[in-house]
Amino acid sequence: MSQLFQQRALTLAAQQASAAALSDLLQSLRLQGAQDFERATWPGRKHEHWKYTSVQPLKNFEQADWAEGLYPDAAQLQSQLFVENATRLVFVDGRFNAALSDEMPSGISLFSSADAAAREVIAANLGKVVGSVDPQRRNLFAALNSAWTDDGLLIHVPRNTQLDKPVYLVAVSSSGLSVSNLRVLIVLEQGASAEVIEHFISADQQSFVNALTEIVVGDNARLHHVRLNLESENVSHVGGVHANLMRDASLKAFAIAEGAALKRIDYQLNHCGKGASLDFDGVYLARHEQQVDYHTCIEHRVPHCTSQQVFRGIVGDKARAVFNGRIHIFEDAQKTLAEMSNRNLLTSNTAEINTKPELEIYADDVKCAHGATITQLDETALYYLQSRGVSSEQARMMLSFGFVNELLMSLPQESLRNGLENWLRARFSEDRSLVSDQGSGKVLTAGV
Amino acid sequence: MLEIRELFAKVEGKQILNGLSLNIGPGEVHAIMGPNGSGKSTLGNVLTGREGYEVLSGDVKFKGKDLFELDVEERAREGLFLAFQYPVEIPGVSNMEFLKASVDARRKHLGLPELSSFDFMKLARETTQKVNLDPAFLKRGVNEGFSGGEKKRNEILQMMLLEPSLCILDETDSGLDIDALQVVAAGVNAMRSADRSFIVVTHYQRLLDYIVPDYVHVLAGGKIVRTGDKELAKELEARGYGWLEQEGV
Repeated sequence: MSQLFQQRALTLAAQQASAAALSDLLQSLRLQGAQDFERATWPGRKHEHWKYTSVQPLKNFEQADWAEGLYPDAAQLQSQLFVENATRLVFVDGRFNAALSDEMPSGISLFSSADAAAREVIAANLGKVVGSVDPQRRNLFAALNSAWTDDGLLIHVPRNTQLDKPVYLVAVSSSGLSVSNLRVLIVLEQGASAEVIEHFISADQQSFVNALTEIVVGDNARLHHVRLNLESENVSHVGGVHANLMRDASLKAFAIAEGAALKRIDYQLNHCGKGASLDFDGVYLARHEQQVDYHTCIEHRVPHCTSQQVFRGIVGDKARAVFNGRIHIFEDAQKTLAEMSNRNLLTSNTAEINTKPELEIYADDVKCAHGATITQLDETALYYLQSRGVSSEQARMMLSFGFVNELLMSLPQESLRNGLENWLRARFSEDRSLVSDQGSGKVLTAGV
Repeated sequence: MLEIRELFAKVEGKQILNGLSLNIGPGEVHAIMGPNGSGKSTLGNVLTGREGYEVLSGDVKFKGKDLFELDVEERAREGLFLAFQYPVEIPGVSNMEFLKASVDARRKHLGLPELSSFDFMKLARETTQKVNLDPAFLKRGVNEGFSGGEKKRNEILQMMLLEPSLCILDETDSGLDIDALQVVAAGVNAMRSADRSFIVVTHYQRLLDYIVPDYVHVLAGGKIVRTGDKELAKELEARGYGWLEQEGV
């Protein structure tokens, strides 16, 4: 079955290449991607990085007509979006939809309509971040994304400037069995700053989305990057965020995902310049029979960089979650400070979390701390809430909610924070599958 | 209001309360003082029903009901309130949400309609001013990153919103500077009424200058060994607890 998917994927890539007058900019990217994809082993249980996540749902797409999707109703779309005071750019099934979008400010353009200056930026950066990783570790679906790239979005922030408003990139997958590809390139030149929010939503349909974002945060530049994977549970999403941080660059990243048929998101974040810093929070929720899989890989290639990573998840029902956090500290990367924490609430006996910190440290003068735990609700907090009249049932709900909401509360943008909080609240109000029943408070009774 | 009769209780295998008896009438303010380890905090935890605090014998009637028949939350809804010595931080749960859930539960129990979010917000904001707390604290996680004094004022804020029948203040004065102490005391005094009682647990007579008690009890070895009026507190401040222990009472 895997071969069939691979063959069809490559055929599609070839068709696109010959059909359109494809920009020569993309030719080498596509070629390299197709080659890598063709050579890659199809994910399976024996594949270390796919051990716990099944790509079986992709089987549905082998026979499907990989047609383009239908455009959604603008009003219906509106109800799912919550980020305000931002430049909204909507992609439907991988295609830019101008009617649903704001005007693109200067520096932002589609690959297909890039001017000479933008083409230069694309040529200099596209595929370079993904390509900077050890070939053995390159991701199969990142390769497929490259092979399929026929357009994409460039966000370019010139030297010492900042984007007036955050970019709010909305990626919708609309119709059944649609297959879409999205490629984003974010380049911040020296001293630039920007905020980019990627929000993935979908109709309640099976669709396959492959979305890859490449980021270069230049010297002393600052990027706040948020990726919201809030699609329906029928979706198969594979995605990645690959970033290179240059000297004194700062990346503040936030990721949140709810499980689905397949949801696999890889973060490959490379410290390439001294003094770069990364602050990365993530949240995942999985219930019913969903699966969700975050693989993060932080490479410290040079000295004096810091990375802080906090991931929290709640897994219930028969769902399965994976957090694989890799920290790779190169031999030269002395004085690195790297921290990683992953805490999980398991709310049923049939839920599964596979958490795996992977540390590879070749430098001898570094500080590196990590912790991965299955945790329980705080008994003292439960008692405190109950001592104010809150029922133990509601107290558990509030504490389970708070367990992940804590990470949301530190988001800087109010509409984003509130919107996500409402989204989260809705998840909790649908059923109790995300509520931990551990640590049940006993009633104190008088003894004999 | 509260009748405690011959109460024995243990925590972590250690017997702490040894036949404690105490009657508190409506509108009365009782101070409980005593050396470290005498059972002052245990009393509050036993009365609210904290897990791990095991009642061995004795009974407690709260407004005529058998207290030990009630869950932790039922006791609270009946109007029992403990201002914690160490208020708990709950990151991720906003103070506002916490307060509203508490007040909703109490009002529901009393057969009153839930306050709308708007009305509650208004009430909560007004009350923060009474305890000299910045309304911005309502949006933060419960007690998260609050200073010691802010946490104690947040306890008083909860007390004012919940309008309990019996308030137990467990060393609410510890760690407070004089300004915060006055704010807390003013909050308590404003709440004093003919049908609301207080148990003020403290180490220091200082608080009792501001919250003047009707009775002062000395708790030692897990029971009340001496009862007096506010003059007793002054005597304790001057002489310590040693003389009581020597008298062997």
